Amino acid sequence: MLEDARIIQNVEIAKDVYKMELETNICKEAKAGQFIEITVPGFFLRRPISIHEIKEHSIVIIYKVLGQGTKEMTTLDGTLNIFGPLGNGFPIEEKEEVLCIGGGVGLPPLYETAKQYLQQGTKVQVVVGANDEASLFLIDEFKELGCDVYVATMDGSKGSKGTVLEAIKDNHIETDSILACGPLPMLKALNEKYTKGYISLEARMACGMGACMGCVVKDQEGHSLRVCKDGPVFEIGKVAL
Amino acid sequence: MDISVKLPGLNLKNPVIPASGCFGFGKEFAEIYDLSLLGGIAIKSATPQERFGNPTPRIAETPSGMLNAIGLQNKGVDSIIENELPFLSKYDTEIIANVAGASEEDYVEVIKKLNDQPVIKAYELNISCPNVKHGGIGLGTNPELAAHVTRMCKEVATKPVYVKLSPNVTDIVAIAKAVEEAGADGLVLINTLMGMRINLKTGKPLLANVTGGLSGPAIKPVAIRMVYQVAQAVSIPIIGVGGITCAEDVLEFLNAGASAVEVGAQNFVDPMVCPKIIEDLPKVLEQYGYSSIQEAIGRSFK
Repeated sequence: MLEDARIIQNVEIAKDVYKMELETNICKEAKAGQFIEITVPGFFLRRPISIHEIKEHSIVIIYKVLGQGTKEMTTLDGTLNIFGPLGNGFPIEEKEEVLCIGGGVGLPPLYETAKQYLQQGTKVQVVVGANDEASLFLIDEFKELGCDVYVATMDGSKGSKGTVLEAIKDNHIETDSILACGPLPMLKALNEKYTKGYISLEARMACGMGACMGCVVKDQEGHSLRVCKDGPVFEIGKVAL
Repeated sequence: MDISVKLPGLNLKNPVIPASGCFGFGKEFAEIYDLSLLGGIAIKSATPQERFGNPTPRIAETPSGMLNAIGLQNKGVDSIIENELPFLSKYDTEIIANVAGASEEDYVEVIKKLNDQPVIKAYELNISCPNVKHGGIGLGTNPELAAHVTRMCKEVATKPVYVKLSPNVTDIVAIAKAVEEAGADGLVLINTLMGMRINLKTGKPLLANVTGGLSGPAIKPVAIRMVYQVAQAVSIPIIGVGGITCAEDVLEFLNAGASAVEVGAQNFVDPMVCPKIIEDLPKVLEQYGYSSIQEAIGRSFK
């Protein structure tokens, strides 16, 4: 679906991290872990951004300023052309408990995912990784949802010092079914440690709908997978990272 | 207004064709609109064997365009015949097979396999891909080599052969004439312009392939210029391509001498761009005083 969505809110919530709420009918069909492609005026390609939260009349996205396009996004108000929802999303399966692991701006799509797991009665633990305390965001929001939240920072300024794996070890988290999104080194480490669950990948994209083959990865047998269409969520162990 | 165009092998109900590599084999776009709206579809390049293509990143944005270095990823011609063509045969639109390879023999092999596929109405020889080490642009930047592969393909092809030319040459007219002389039924121009970006954080090339093909509105003036030059030098029809985003752009290509157009990168930005152009084109032709599409073709030099 292509739509001119109304920007309800566009505010900074942490250093270079912005939260934008968009009034759109995409909320009616969107699933946790899917993404939208955004037109930023003055830039040719759309920006793929994951959906953070699905509300009754709107969706919320959280994006980090990484280049000129996302910098321009911080100045926008009025309406924004969006295309979506795209990709497959995180499956919401019947589980006793799940462990959500988010690194950096990989965290936002896990919020809607955690919300939907909690709604069906699944216990949700969340481990958040960041460079330092100043880069942390959404911690309180996850707690308010009803999740147990654990933090790891690379400089040790908050929570466990080191990666998300340190926080998992320090807090004796035994849950073996994970849902993860974050930087590639984090996903690689989780791919080694866990055999159950799903990871969501990030990629440079053009079309976002599976046509251009710009964002392909290989599976363990060497077959190609499109992050935008076959993913961005893959069963853990499926993709050769 | 009737906007149909008749070209060798192609009865186009309108002159709008999504360009090869920008539309896959149509399945993803068929979820959004009826492919029968389109004049035709240039499907993704077919090579004799499966190709994974280049490492990622394969995509980089540029001012008014983008670079791509996909590297002719496809499952190979046999898989395309088995898994893609049956789906496309359900639609009332003209399918153009884009043919690629690492050697002249590869082109011949793909054409021989596609000859008995009735859904394919014409071939488009991709001798202009800037993202593969062998074949591709190597054949398309030399008039003798371009003519030779065209002749070999014409000898085996049972359908009209269009040749997609590279803009990465000093004299595109010389190549166009050589290809016409070798028996090409039509020309498609232009393919992407070779370009490059550097990641300032690392100081290294942004694309894993180092260079990529530039497409999008940034290349439209180059494409218009080349269509204009070639249209006056050859008597075979030209399909114009390069940076088209709207019906006005189509008219500009028609005026430059193209008889039909392909729409490329804009499909990534606005997946509805082709149906929109098809809807707008009669109005735009009328607005500029044309009573038929034929009147517009080549007007810039006639």
